[in-house]
Amino acid sequence: MASDRDRLIAQYKQMMVMRRFEEEAARGYAQGKIGGFLHLYIGQEAIAVGTVAALDERDYLFQTYRDHGIALARGMDPKAAMSELFGKDPGCSRGMGGSMHFFDAEHNFLGGWAIVGGHLAVAAGAAFKSKYIGEDRVTVCFFGEGATNIGGFHEALSLAGLWKLPILFICENNQYAMGTPMSRTSPLEDLSIKAAGYGMHGDKFEGHDVRVVQDRVARAVERARKGDGPTFLEIETYRFRGHSMSDPAKYRSRAELEQRKERDPLLVTRAQLADAGVSEAELDALDEQADNEIQEAVAFADQAEPAKEEIMFGEVYAGPEDNEPTPTGAGARGHANGTTRTVDSSVEQSVGHHGG
Amino acid sequence: MLEEMERDENVFLMGEEVGHYQGAYKVSEGLLARFGEQRVIDTPIAEAGFAGIGVGAAMTGLRPVIEFMTWNFSFVAFDQIISNAAKIHQMSGGQFRVPVVFRGPNGAARQVAAQHSHSVDPFYACIPGVWVCIPATPRDAKGLLKTAIRENNPVIFLEGETLYNVKGDVLDEGEEELVPFGKARIAREGDGCTLVAWGRPYYTAIEAAEVLAKEGIECEVIDPRTVRPLDTETIVQSVEKTNRCVVVHEHWPYGGPGAEVVDRVQRDAFDHLDAPIMRIGALDVPMPYATNLEELVLPTVDRVADAVRAVCYA
Repeated sequence: MASDRDRLIAQYKQMMVMRRFEEEAARGYAQGKIGGFLHLYIGQEAIAVGTVAALDERDYLFQTYRDHGIALARGMDPKAAMSELFGKDPGCSRGMGGSMHFFDAEHNFLGGWAIVGGHLAVAAGAAFKSKYIGEDRVTVCFFGEGATNIGGFHEALSLAGLWKLPILFICENNQYAMGTPMSRTSPLEDLSIKAAGYGMHGDKFEGHDVRVVQDRVARAVERARKGDGPTFLEIETYRFRGHSMSDPAKYRSRAELEQRKERDPLLVTRAQLADAGVSEAELDALDEQADNEIQEAVAFADQAEPAKEEIMFGEVYAGPEDNEPTPTGAGARGHANGTTRTVDSSVEQSVGHHGG
Repeated sequence: MLEEMERDENVFLMGEEVGHYQGAYKVSEGLLARFGEQRVIDTPIAEAGFAGIGVGAAMTGLRPVIEFMTWNFSFVAFDQIISNAAKIHQMSGGQFRVPVVFRGPNGAARQVAAQHSHSVDPFYACIPGVWVCIPATPRDAKGLLKTAIRENNPVIFLEGETLYNVKGDVLDEGEEELVPFGKARIAREGDGCTLVAWGRPYYTAIEAAEVLAKEGIECEVIDPRTVRPLDTETIVQSVEKTNRCVVVHEHWPYGGPGAEVVDRVQRDAFDHLDAPIMRIGALDVPMPYATNLEELVLPTVDRVADAVRAVCYA
């Protein structure tokens, strides 16, 4: 078993990979290689890494459209992630989803979802499945503090609380719902008290220290795994960039941002490692490794094949021959690994292609 | 449903009043006693919540049957169907499929007024990624539902609220029939005019055909049974024979499967048409409460018969 120090080194490296990935994504966006919306996770990395560390590989994860960080933390290859952003065929969603819709069945990452509040009930559905078949798998569903105001939040937490589903609802409170601070969207300063209204456990803490995140999430995971029901966690964090690439974030002050940057999870972890005796040179070497990985990912994505029409048409509907996902298995068939399935549904055959 | 639940333990029924109350329309009568609370699950009034649970459970390997007490209440869960259920398979590059059935009664009942009288087929039929079934006969309802539950994609299953009382032959237990999607049923043969009708107006069309037969016009009545996929071929073949077509539907006249049928027929059978294609549907108004007005709004035998006479220049 890895020592705490080794574990923290690995987590630091993971966060650095995420940071570099997002920085390169921003560059790619500026260069016109990436279109649509691009929401960066810079500043929030410790939450993804700490949470994943508290989970088993079999556990399910759902995220919002700010999904690159958690996908990478979960084990997605940066090449597949960058290719998705570039709209390329080897992308994690074959170029169908883009930045907001990363999916990775192999790593039980059940997606980036882009309608605020819309995926909470879906995540509850995955947790419902675990309860239905009697497995001790746990589901984690992330969302922002903005989502706590929409109806989907209420219904998902109501049902999860009622049925004691094995799920963690993790609110990444990055203080701003797009450009609106929480003081203007919620009468509450402490969102975690909402947990009581749904008959579930609540917790609230700051998310810049990966060790704290891992520890506190692990407690909730243990509860869920034992059948003691869901937890609503509010993790306070801060995004260092705007809501998306089109947002210059003029609604907050320079001073506020600078103050928050003092709690940059990478700096915090770096300092912890220095205290533990890890040398500057070792840390710089980790930075360089992370940088190289991301440069490789960019180079890979640059030369990758563009997204394919066969996937666009052929995957609108699942065919009858698609591997049967068993409720106890990974929960989904594996990645489509480059092969193109023909339209094989008898339904589709009977009416011609693509939707009748 | 019962047969499919016995066949596959991953199938479960979830919705408001489906268990202890035995179903608002008694569709699930007896299921709770047979399968227990684990598989026949009463929910609070939270359509968006339990529709989403259906999507998530389907993504992870179960086969949920989600009942809306009526389809009018599906609108508060619309996002779950259009943004989630319909999208995930393609949007994930084929990694996750969503074998969920959303079912419940559709269309006007009797005097339940504007908010409870929607025929929702136009809203759902336009979405790539879902199938839409709208059976008229008990046999088709059973055969289509079995297909729907075994299907690997989200299915919108529209039952006629006023058709629950229709008695008709169904196959015995053990005699299994899986009605395929996208395969229309020719309910009545004729060479005078093609009548295309699904759901409740199917019976209006059949009745109109009987009236017209006495006048010497033999209608061919086609029930597509699913409006997505839509069996264009059977309809076009019929129009090639009859040279005339009237479409009868319960939904509003603006767009919808009714207009879709017209579009396909005019494109694929243009040279065979001897008259413009007519459509008889609900009038273009919110449904009024008063009986006399409600009757005016819905398609009637007289309106259908008049339309057929018009295209036959009779």
